[in-house]
Amino acid sequence: MTIKFWLNGKQIEDIIPDDILLLDYVRTKGCYSVKRGCETANCGLCTVLVEGKPVLSCSTLAARVNGKHVTTLEGLQKEAEEFGAFLADQGAEQCGFCNPGFIMNVLAMMKELNDPTEEEIREYLAGNLCRCSGFVGQERAIQAYLAKKKEEVSE
Amino acid sequence: MFHAKNYVLAQNLEEAWQLNQKKTNKILGGMAWMKMGKQNYQTVIDLSALHLDQIEENEDAFSIGCMVSLHDLETNQQLNEYFQGALKECVRHIVGVQFRNCATVGGSIYGRFGFSDVLTCFMALDAKVELYKGGIVSISDFASMPYDNDILVRIILPKKGKRISYQSMRNTATDFPVLAVALSFDEQEGWLISVGARPGKAVVLCWQEGTSSELSEVQIDNMTAYVLENISFGSNMRAKKEYRQHLCKVLIKRAVKEILK
Repeated sequence: MTIKFWLNGKQIEDIIPDDILLLDYVRTKGCYSVKRGCETANCGLCTVLVEGKPVLSCSTLAARVNGKHVTTLEGLQKEAEEFGAFLADQGAEQCGFCNPGFIMNVLAMMKELNDPTEEEIREYLAGNLCRCSGFVGQERAIQAYLAKKKEEVSE
Repeated sequence: MFHAKNYVLAQNLEEAWQLNQKKTNKILGGMAWMKMGKQNYQTVIDLSALHLDQIEENEDAFSIGCMVSLHDLETNQQLNEYFQGALKECVRHIVGVQFRNCATVGGSIYGRFGFSDVLTCFMALDAKVELYKGGIVSISDFASMPYDNDILVRIILPKKGKRISYQSMRNTATDFPVLAVALSFDEQEGWLISVGARPGKAVVLCWQEGTSSELSEVQIDNMTAYVLENISFGSNMRAKKEYRQHLCKVLIKRAVKEILK
């Protein structure tokens, strides 16, 4: 079948197998930040944004994004680098395997929630698993990042 | 992951229904559960173009299209104000936001899964299910109907002024519930007690004793005894039958207290 959609702002028209997953398809387009982790829709590693909403690309057929805008970490380089520096400052990462999906969901959370509480942050990110850490460093990084963003707005 | 030879974006319900009459074809919900299987389908049918991803409110009811995501259910202000946040509470523990943006209400209800939080909650709200050919049926009848090739179009939540509380217990965050209990009360129908993840699919009981403003400890004990007598529990990898029975008493008491608050 033929699909036409936008991947990281670039329009793509392509012939795809009817049952290919979005995860597998975006990787054929060079978006290697999108990874397969658990195969049970639990880990959040394959998170991409479809029309701005975070979804699991391991549970979405590529056919379903026809006519839509898909964003992967490759399309959010600036924001990802900025937040990634906060993660590094807090020593929040070890192997870094979960980071792309985690960063995508943090950026989605910032668009959806206004001034989230600690509980809201934890709840929003419950679908992103990290096997190296206890999430404490990531929480510190998010709090510091949110505080910086707040400062920027008030300046 | 399943395999499919063809993907069809249905242009109307009749087309979807016709395609769905073939055994080797399947309607796609959010795919979260379906992708766990390894079946081979001839055609998968997508209802995404039928504007069934809307939550609508009128004087008598809320109408929830089958393609509404669980996250939409969680964040819809009108629904959650009317039902005291119960819908948010029933889905917020399900994996993560990305998962809930994929999973659909129709998929959750049509599957009539034993672990379904949504089915448990909707049963206590006396929801109705609108089927394309089968018309409108109560959700408790639908839960006991055999699987067929009809299409679940929308869920109707009547506005009866019910007070509701949703309680669940999980061994670990984001997992399936070990037990889920939803309790609702209104002056006309009394108490509706729905118990899910028994581990069988949710069932609902009606209990007429007491009023919402007054329910003694003895009456609460009577209610839990009635539930334990009339609902069967079982064991699986998450919990034993006896543990579930004990949890049921605890969750009912918590729900009653929340409703009486």
